[in-house]
Amino acid sequence: MKSTKDIAELLDEPACEHNKKEKSGCAKPKPGAAAGGCAFDGAQIALLPIADVAHIVHGPIACAGSSWDNRGTRSSGADLYRIGMTTDLTEQDIVMGRSEKRLFHAIKQAIDTHSPPAVFIYNTCVPALVGDDINAVCRSAVERWGVPVVPIDSAGFYGTKNLGNRIAGDAMVKHVIGTRDPDPVPVQRQGITVHDVNLIGEYNIAGEFWHVLPLFDELGLRILCTLSGDARFREVQTMHKAEVNMMVCSKAMITVARKLEEQYGTPWFEGSYYGITDTSQALRDFAKVLNDPDLTERTEQLIAREETRIRLELEPWKARLKGKRVLLFTGGVKSWSVISALQDLGMVVVATGTNKSTEEDKARIRELMGEDTLMINDGSPKELIRIVHDYQADILIAGGRNMYTALKAKIPFLDINQEREFGYEGYQGMLELVRQLALTIESPVWQAVRAPAPWKIKEHGGQKSLPTLQQEAANG
Amino acid sequence: MADILKRNKALSVNPLKASQPIGGSLATLGFNRAMPMLHGSQGCTAFAKVFFVRHFREPIPLQSTAMDQGSSVMGADENVREGIKAIAAKSNPALITILTTGLAETQGCDVQRNVREFREANPEFADIAVVAVNTPDFTGSVETGYAATLTEIIRAVVPDAKATGTYPGKRKRQVNVLVNYMLTPGDLEALRDIFEQFQLRPVFVPDLSDSLDGCLTEDDFSPVTIGGTPLSEMATLGDALATVVIGPSLTKAALLLEERTGVPTYSLDHLYGLKANDALISALSEISGQDVPERIERQRSQLQDAMLDTHFMLGQLRIAIAADADLLNAFADLVQEMGAEVVAAVTSCNVPLLTRIPVSSIKIGDLEDMEQIGKANKVQLVIGNSHAVDTAERLGTPILRAGFPLYDIIGGYQKTWIGYRGTRQTLFDLANLVINFSHEEIPVYRSVYAQKPAGELTGLTDRALSCH
Repeated sequence: MKSTKDIAELLDEPACEHNKKEKSGCAKPKPGAAAGGCAFDGAQIALLPIADVAHIVHGPIACAGSSWDNRGTRSSGADLYRIGMTTDLTEQDIVMGRSEKRLFHAIKQAIDTHSPPAVFIYNTCVPALVGDDINAVCRSAVERWGVPVVPIDSAGFYGTKNLGNRIAGDAMVKHVIGTRDPDPVPVQRQGITVHDVNLIGEYNIAGEFWHVLPLFDELGLRILCTLSGDARFREVQTMHKAEVNMMVCSKAMITVARKLEEQYGTPWFEGSYYGITDTSQALRDFAKVLNDPDLTERTEQLIAREETRIRLELEPWKARLKGKRVLLFTGGVKSWSVISALQDLGMVVVATGTNKSTEEDKARIRELMGEDTLMINDGSPKELIRIVHDYQADILIAGGRNMYTALKAKIPFLDINQEREFGYEGYQGMLELVRQLALTIESPVWQAVRAPAPWKIKEHGGQKSLPTLQQEAANG
Repeated sequence: MADILKRNKALSVNPLKASQPIGGSLATLGFNRAMPMLHGSQGCTAFAKVFFVRHFREPIPLQSTAMDQGSSVMGADENVREGIKAIAAKSNPALITILTTGLAETQGCDVQRNVREFREANPEFADIAVVAVNTPDFTGSVETGYAATLTEIIRAVVPDAKATGTYPGKRKRQVNVLVNYMLTPGDLEALRDIFEQFQLRPVFVPDLSDSLDGCLTEDDFSPVTIGGTPLSEMATLGDALATVVIGPSLTKAALLLEERTGVPTYSLDHLYGLKANDALISALSEISGQDVPERIERQRSQLQDAMLDTHFMLGQLRIAIAADADLLNAFADLVQEMGAEVVAAVTSCNVPLLTRIPVSSIKIGDLEDMEQIGKANKVQLVIGNSHAVDTAERLGTPILRAGFPLYDIIGGYQKTWIGYRGTRQTLFDLANLVINFSHEEIPVYRSVYAQKPAGELTGLTDRALSCH
């Protein structure tokens, strides 16, 4: 089990705005009024997209049984991450102290069956509480079978999902990054210097990063690793050699960026691929940090070309969405990055959620939306529905958790979180975004579900008697 | 009858099992104005919630005692009491269940004591039923967690006949129906219809068809369940004519109910297939004293006709089934009634029912076990939940989706499997899966002496042969 000191260290993140507040990290959850995942949830989400690793959940069935087979993130090849693996601890294992032994044999079984390049072990509440030493088990396993076995000590009760992200990132810095040097650059094009970069916190949901990746190839930016969308173990190993890191859209993995800067001197910047403005900005920032005039010039050319192209394609959609009112409820950086995407479309963001945003995020929101924007801290379903009605929003954009809340209240909805089925990143992703927005906002079903049944309409003239109808029919 | 093959590997690969707290939550969600609270860390609840939301496509009321590092080590009594109080004050529920997780049980919680303490400290909430159940996820499955929770709810809210003066038959049309986890909201609606044709009024315990049937209500939002068995109905169970129990997993709950109320019990294993539904209809005819309505007779003969039509596809079909015991038993009966063979039977945990399921052996394991056993026995069709879709793909067979969770189709929660009509549709579905799935064709043979046009050969070899 991690000590309170270990956890406090992880919660202390000098690069994070929240740190300056009295209590760092997130508030203590309240029994009976809690929402959100746990540290294990966060750790698994952060690393599961590494597609060729055997991910073993060490614990009783609830942890893996309800969560394996995550289809949000996509892989371009390896698919071992889709196979659910757990030690499925029984009462006997726990009472008789056999869980470490089971884990050891489980690692062997995974290696024998799948020959993975590495095995990740996620520790959960029960083994943490009974005192399993997963670090020692992992060390013995490495000695015995010669395959990297990485402990990720992420018991749910350590804290929130956000803490789990940090634990996951920390494990990568400690055990994986820096254990291999990158392959030589396979393709050299004349006159183009290839630069090595990383993306941190990019999960390739629904394959959306594949909208952006071709642009990197075109510019001669080699992505050593995206942590962790469509990543492979051997890519994570080489992350220390990048010239620059980009933190994508979420502060959760900020620890990785900061530690890579401390240990290897790699500069990093934050950005997002949601919306035209932000996508262009991210590409510009790469050129700026890399300080390569030729790259800067080619980047500007690419941006000009892509923006012209996409704005032309978006034109007919903009007319349909212009002026529509949006209530955006999503955490952290996404709140401002999505705002800029929606404003690109001429939509009006009437309110936004900020309960996970930093002060810096909030400042950016004010900059984008003006001082009197409603910032929502209470994200309870009831409150969200009230705001939708009060502010006459045409659509609620939020995480999948709120989807059925919105639908039950007969409110148009767009899912923006990781479980979604559609990719919105990059210039090309904007087309999918507008299509999905129009699909729900313009749908005829809202009228159908909001109107009462015809026999419930009491107004005069609303109903026609049978003789009237017969007469009408006779008159043709 | 069946050989039980126990787990013999360290790693569970592609788990079939879902946890006891999931089962306990499901049972709770079938009661009106109810709120399940899992006693564990926040993730226990978050994962369970996602599980249900993906299956039912509905908002799901589910709370957590939110154990953190401190309470996990130092004790979480306060979390339980505070949690109950917060829900009681905020959401005004009729029923709160406290379901323990592996974390709370390993730590050594005593939730029954916590509930007593809450009662003493908070008399203002005396009218809210609070039921604590031990449902750690290191033992049992959805099935056992559901059954244990239902048993405890009955223990808590069904009054003793002697004390309250209820007696069997006071309500001349009422029949209590204890239903297990495998009956979908669609099944319960169909079952209600069957009861009503005998002029009987069923009280389902619990009633997911009233709470998770995908109904759009006038209210925008409710923090607790809308619909489900009202607790006020639970007080009338002692006045019913009879109790019908569906599912061997509910034996304990049924015994307790009969002990409390003296209402006679009719036990049925399931409602899949001709024989099982004959048993239901005979029981209803006996309870109501009425002849079987003509409409039901007609549905029975429609099913018989469908059995004849589909036995060509289903006879000798080699089937793999992965499901919890009650559901496994139901499907084994159904497909064997049609002359199919169960060549791989996999279940999630050991329960008494397994020994009497009419198949040669049952493996306690996961979907990897089903894949291996199925492969060795040349399986032709898989029956399992949405997780088994990939398995079926690797086995090269069609799959009939059944059980929990069903997240890759719309409306799976609403499918009607039971009754003569539901069974008939299931047989059609099975037969369609078989005839629509390409199977081994006899390879084309071309005689060296044949006089076919010369151009035909090149065109043919390039094109894959279709079996349709």
